[in-house]
Amino acid sequence: SGIDFEIIIIDDGSPDGTQEIAQQLEKIYGSDKILLRPRPRKLGLGTAYIHGMKHATGNFIVIMDADLSHHPKFIPEFIRKQKEGNFDIVSGTRYKGNGGVYGWDLRRKLISRGANFLTQVLLRPGASDLTGSFRLYRKEVLQKLMEKCVSKGYVFQMEMIVRARQLGYTIGEVPISFVDRVYGESKLGGNEIVSFLKGLLTLFATT
Amino acid sequence: LPSLPQAAMTKLGQWLCGLALLGSAWAALALAPPGLQPPAPLRQALLPLPVYLLVAFGCYSLATVGYRLATFNDCEEAAAELQEHIRAARADLRRRGLRL
Repeated sequence: SGIDFEIIIIDDGSPDGTQEIAQQLEKIYGSDKILLRPRPRKLGLGTAYIHGMKHATGNFIVIMDADLSHHPKFIPEFIRKQKEGNFDIVSGTRYKGNGGVYGWDLRRKLISRGANFLTQVLLRPGASDLTGSFRLYRKEVLQKLMEKCVSKGYVFQMEMIVRARQLGYTIGEVPISFVDRVYGESKLGGNEIVSFLKGLLTLFATT
Repeated sequence: LPSLPQAAMTKLGQWLCGLALLGSAWAALALAPPGLQPPAPLRQALLPLPVYLLVAFGCYSLATVGYRLATFNDCEEAAAELQEHIRAARADLRRRGLRL
């Protein structure tokens, strides 16, 4: 593809054989392309970002889900968009253009749209998809944001965008398709909704 | 009201400021003592205005979320394409020596 890249795999000791597969991939593609940086036990997503960044040698970092709900084919589009507007962040959006999802029932879609609407009204964030986690960041921007963000889960992704706007970073958007449940069931229960609302209200009151 | 810097004010602060502004304007006109009341037609329209606006916002919210729900793209082709890519990737990796 002509793009210089490396893949950093951070595994917290998943019991599903991730380590073994990752090691084989490293042998096949070389340790300059596949960087294994495992951790001894299950730590959070935020610390995984920080851990990964320490080992990143590039100028830009793409964060994405590893279960194929995010397709790597969008990465060149992210790069193109970044060059187009010299953006600090390019965010994948499921809600605009021909972005979308596969594998969600009506209930899930309704909750998603409702939550996003509430977020737009309360935070006016200037980005259409705040809970998405398929993004391209300039490395220094990601480092700066990680220092400032304190939330967990969905709210963490929202806080990244809100703080980015506060700090004056520019955000571009690329429509992406999110294919859910390729491997395993993805649930959205009462607990997630409650913690989302708590996090949203916290951001509303503190940013 | 002096202009306040955007960065210093939380969203909650902006909402409270805005509501205080509109609320006091409404109260001054609609709840004024008999000597300072605006003409009757204006008062009649003004009094229920907050409730009207709330209901209007409620309708707007329902309509918007409903519309967005109805136009939420279903990525059938993306899912099919992904399955195809997974097949091709597995075959490719097996050729390169990966044992699953």
